[in-house]
Amino acid sequence: MKPLVRHRGLVARMNRVNVDTDQIIPKQFLKRVERSGFGQFLFYDWRFLSDGSPNPEFELNQPQYSGASILVAGANFGCGSSREHAPWALLDYGFQVIIAPSYADIFYNNCFKNGILPITLPQAAVDVLLQKALEPGYELEVDLENQVISDDTGWSHAFEIDAFRRNMLLQGLDEIGLTMQYEAEIRLYESRRASSVQPV
Amino acid sequence: MPKTLFEKIWDAHVVTESESGPALLYIDLHLVHEVTSPQAFEGLRLAGRKVRRPDRTFATMDHNVPTVNPFDVRDPIAAKQIATLAENCKAFGIPLAGLESPDQGIVHVIGPELGLTLPGKTVVCGDSHTSTHGAFGALAFGIGTSEVEHVLATQCLWQKRPQTLQLDLQGERAPGVTAKDVILGVIAKHGVSFGAGYVIEFTGPVVRAMSMEERMTMCNMVIEGGARAGLVGPDDTTFEYIRGRRYAPAGAEFERCVEQWRALNSDEGAVYDRVIRFDVSTLEPQVTWGTNPSMCVGVNGTVPNPADIEDEVERQAVEQALKYMGLQPGTPIQDIAVDHVFIGSCTNSRIEDLRQAAAVVKNRKVAPGIRALVVPGSKRVKEQAEREGLHEIFKQAGFEWREAGCSMCLAMNPDTVPAGERCASTSNRNFEGRQGRGARTHLVSPAMAAAAAIAGRFVDVRALMSS
Ligand code: SF4
Repeated sequence: MKPLVRHRGLVARMNRVNVDTDQIIPKQFLKRVERSGFGQFLFYDWRFLSDGSPNPEFELNQPQYSGASILVAGANFGCGSSREHAPWALLDYGFQVIIAPSYADIFYNNCFKNGILPITLPQAAVDVLLQKALEPGYELEVDLENQVISDDTGWSHAFEIDAFRRNMLLQGLDEIGLTMQYEAEIRLYESRRASSVQPV
Repeated sequence: MPKTLFEKIWDAHVVTESESGPALLYIDLHLVHEVTSPQAFEGLRLAGRKVRRPDRTFATMDHNVPTVNPFDVRDPIAAKQIATLAENCKAFGIPLAGLESPDQGIVHVIGPELGLTLPGKTVVCGDSHTSTHGAFGALAFGIGTSEVEHVLATQCLWQKRPQTLQLDLQGERAPGVTAKDVILGVIAKHGVSFGAGYVIEFTGPVVRAMSMEERMTMCNMVIEGGARAGLVGPDDTTFEYIRGRRYAPAGAEFERCVEQWRALNSDEGAVYDRVIRFDVSTLEPQVTWGTNPSMCVGVNGTVPNPADIEDEVERQAVEQALKYMGLQPGTPIQDIAVDHVFIGSCTNSRIEDLRQAAAVVKNRKVAPGIRALVVPGSKRVKEQAEREGLHEIFKQAGFEWREAGCSMCLAMNPDTVPAGERCASTSNRNFEGRQGRGARTHLVSPAMAAAAAIAGRFVDVRALMSS
């Protein structure tokens, strides 16, 4: 995984709450056995009309958001299904950072595994960004090391993030490799429990 | 210090933990299905890694499987996904209940059915409704594909300790009010994210009186309230369900386990991070009218009016939902006509669900023009239902009687609802497009779905039950 330390990018807005993973990547696209190529299907049912042409009313189809890499959205983003195809699609489409007041658990987890940074900000700060992102060409600078986001007007906001996850992103670590360093502990655990626990 | 059920299971599974960081949690049972696993196996291959404990892993096929003839997978990409799982299980030595196996079915139906799901275990699966298994007093939660790969390789997961929420259910359910109505009622009242960051333990007389099937329905849907997992303390109902199941302990071993399992229950005086009390006494059968499970009202209610909602974001969400659902504010729920009825999914496809639906359908006919489907949760459920003659009741009424799978719950297989048409569904998600692009889903209990099939619109099933 590529490390994520700093990121600067164009900001797109999606002022909706409870955006579920069924919308982020509809189920008809879950049949692929690869991790790549999901960006073309991102928000498919919202993004395209039933004849396959782009829906001019959909937020991300506004020309000013073309090339955006930061998405500002409403509360409980990514609720519903555990499908990791949702972060795969967001990343493949070009989103590296998401900013919202809250996320669904599994989606939040899945983002980190794929090098997407989901930033949680208070509703008031998200409201400010939703407003700012109306302006064409609005960009944000994300500094994960110092846990702060800022723009060119001097606006900035700090964010909280769990140290373990921050570290994984900063270093682009392979989590499985990390866990395998605990093989001795895992083995000890298994032998300790073998005598006391029901069989699988 | 008195401990909760959650704390006992968690503490017993910590392999190692740092002061402030997450804990490395040992996983006892890893269930695998075709949709969220191919990329995980591919990752193992690329890194030259093995499956650490194939004996603690169990796979089946459910999401993509056609339910008219499971072997006739016409969609080539779906066929590839199914074939890929079979190849991966073979290559990595994982037991598989494949299409030809009598054990095949929805992963959350077969885990308990085979006695794989047991109290006190940690259970994961690349599927959010893994919370279902919490009905047995197992700590069970859904994971993403990267975590599937992580568990395959290490049998462990890094987890941040969640908080505990006691959901104490009090009062008495009116006849005709099912577990589905209770959980929908809770979500309608508390919203789709009230459980975020929590493991919810259901307590109180209502859940104690529930069957295992009902408890599974409740725990299945905690994810729709945003929770990480649901739990019910194991009791005699749990043990009787488990007794004699294929992979469950037997004989003296079983009795020894029952003692251990009983001791898992939350101690007197154990403290939860949050407590919600919910009285079920006034609850009616529920029907969702919108595009998330909290957009829900009693069957004698009406579709809400966005004009009455003060919060702007919420008002917009309701407006958008009504537009998508093709509903006018103030419409009585019982004036809403349906085109399709789907009885199935990991929420409501077990034998008891089918019995309840059949009891409503018996000696009646599906209303003209309605397509009604029953999709049993597993082959074993189907067999059992056929032994009881339920299939004849459904077929005589005009229902289609299908093979096991997820089917119209998410419509990845050929069972879909066409755009603009309306479906009464016993599944768990009424999201936009869930049952097909433009499809309009209303979540209900199996009895309410059966009643809608007969009447052609939503009706209070209790009227049919007394006649
Ligand atoms: S029945 Fe529906 S919710 Fe359950 S596992 Fe299958 S697709 Fe998921």
